[in-house]
Amino acid sequence: METFLAALTLQAGYNAALVAVGAALLGLAAGAGGTFLFLRKRALVSDAVAHATLPGICLAFIAMASLGEDGRSLPGLLAGSAVTAVLGLLAVQWMVSRTRLAEDAAIGAVLSVFFGLGVVLLTVIQNLDTGRQAGLEGFLLGSTAGMLFEDAVIVAAGGGLVALLAYLLHRPMIIVAFDPDYAAASGIDVRRMDLAMMGLVTAVTVVGLKIVGLVLVVALLIIPPVTARFWTERASAVAPIAGLLGALAGYTGAALSASAPALPTGPVIVLVATAFFLVSLFVAPARGVLARLLAHRRFEARVHRRQGLLALSRAEPIHDRLTLAILSREGLIRPDGEPTEAGEREAARARHDERRWAVIRRQHQHTAQSERYDGLTPITEVLTPDEIAAVDREIAGAAPGGAA
Amino acid sequence: MGSEFVTLSLVPMTIGVLAAIACALPGNFLILRREALIGDAISHVVLPGIVAAFLLTGTVTSGPMLLGAAGAAVLAVVLIEAVKHLGRIEPGAAMGVVFTALFAGGVLLLEQSDTSGVHLDVEHALMGNLESLIWFDGTGWASLLDPAALATLPHELWRIAAACLVIALLTVVFWRPLALSTFDESFAASVGVPTRAMGLGLVITAALAAVAAFDAVGSIIVIAMFICPPATARLMTNRLGRQVLWSIAIAALSAVLGYVAAGYGPLWLGSDHAVSAAGMIATVSGILLAIACLCAPHRRRVGEAAATP
Repeated sequence: METFLAALTLQAGYNAALVAVGAALLGLAAGAGGTFLFLRKRALVSDAVAHATLPGICLAFIAMASLGEDGRSLPGLLAGSAVTAVLGLLAVQWMVSRTRLAEDAAIGAVLSVFFGLGVVLLTVIQNLDTGRQAGLEGFLLGSTAGMLFEDAVIVAAGGGLVALLAYLLHRPMIIVAFDPDYAAASGIDVRRMDLAMMGLVTAVTVVGLKIVGLVLVVALLIIPPVTARFWTERASAVAPIAGLLGALAGYTGAALSASAPALPTGPVIVLVATAFFLVSLFVAPARGVLARLLAHRRFEARVHRRQGLLALSRAEPIHDRLTLAILSREGLIRPDGEPTEAGEREAARARHDERRWAVIRRQHQHTAQSERYDGLTPITEVLTPDEIAAVDREIAGAAPGGAA
Repeated sequence: MGSEFVTLSLVPMTIGVLAAIACALPGNFLILRREALIGDAISHVVLPGIVAAFLLTGTVTSGPMLLGAAGAAVLAVVLIEAVKHLGRIEPGAAMGVVFTALFAGGVLLLEQSDTSGVHLDVEHALMGNLESLIWFDGTGWASLLDPAALATLPHELWRIAAACLVIALLTVVFWRPLALSTFDESFAASVGVPTRAMGLGLVITAALAAVAAFDAVGSIIVIAMFICPPATARLMTNRLGRQVLWSIAIAALSAVLGYVAAGYGPLWLGSDHAVSAAGMIATVSGILLAIACLCAPHRRRVGEAAATP
């Protein structure tokens, strides 16, 4: 616990602090960037991009080693990974546009084939004289333990870079993600924004390799945006919330991982993000399961209350238990089921409103309003007081002759 | 092609072929239903399944492992459905949430528990160990007729053979309802096909294939074989029956070519080390798919052929 607090306050050593900051920035960029993917319903494209990095890492290692350089140089490996990541992405888009295969099949094919090629190259490297201690397997699941200082700086700087990129691009991307047609009409090049979005995703993946690893980096791009969606109905708010959640997950996860042995950084960050997701799924006020359940309950109660009042006004007996419970809770009926004074009043009002609605629906000029008749909307929300008065006059005029 | 081939290569190659076919069969229907990535999700959650089974039983015997993996696959499918409906989230994102979370949980469990004494690690789960399935008593082609030698065949072979047989039988038995519900779900439902059960059954069959194949060949082949051979076959023909036959042939071809290229390719190139057979099989299947994308007869969408030169 103490070590966890130390790591949280960046006191657990220079490298750990840099990694935590880097993970937070990476999470911020991934959450924001992933939002656009999620809203474009292309979340899993990032999985293909992530797996396509492996052959690039291996080829970069082989190239650097055969040139007599240190094959483990992180910038070189990341540059290599970016090259094949882009190739993988292009392969997905080429298959979708040039053949009749659907995007999911293209994603799966690219993901598995590039990864398979990467595994072949990994075994080639293991057989090289210089390759025995390559440690490239660390890129599969991320490994920040025992990281070099220079590498930690690269991770932190890379995180900052992708976060900046996400910030610069967020406005046009939101417009494209929500309404491509409107975006095109207002002068945004949709194709280029899509390209920029994929560029951001590739950058996040490459920076994330060292921290979360290529198998799990896709989680950082998917889970925070999905989580953020529960907290808001406003489009422009999803990306910032997702960025915040991603940053929190990255930071807490990195700190947790630094505080004990055998807590690999990538999986811990992903599990922290998953915990946020689970909590939000149930308790988020905007779209959480609990909130929706409560809204449904309130709706149900309103229906039962109104049906009960109408029954009272017609002096019909009420049998439904929920209706009885709601009416007696509001003091509208006595325990024996007879209406109280307040109940009589409310019932008369419900009855009167129902008559007003009947008039409105009969009259042509109120077509738009009469469509709003669902039995629950208060009439004062639909008509002005003047209009209601006119309706009441009509009822009064019709009453002597009609069956009131 | 002498006795050395029988000892070293015959069994892994056969296992590779059987695993490829077992995965390609359900893969045909998965890609037609646009559920290709269910295969991806399933093969990721196999790892937490076997780790959980190991922690519960303390052994690495195959029975509990298979049960654990199958259980995890079914759990993943249920969770994906739950997230989709409870959260009203699109299927791709729901899948991404569930399988990464479960995979991360599996890795963490693995790192936290003491598995140093047993052969259980993430890389093995991803890459398999096809090359190590050597038939020590297979000293020549004659061993195929020798009951004593046959009894020492690696048990992985029997397991994948059984799984492949079961999957082939299921495909044949449920052919009509499966095909109907794949192409026109509402029509299938109107003539009394239980479409939901068909969908679930397909996913469970895919899980069975993934679990049986994964132990010998690792997750990569599983995903590659779910998708690449059926996708290649899809570009070759418009008829479902022919597509399935094509996919079987392509899966088997990928497995054989990939295994040979991995085992003997480096020798021909002057290196004395083999490379990963599982990775090479996936790569070959990708090359075959790329060729099909460039020149297969039915590679374009219907109606597009005339429009584009």
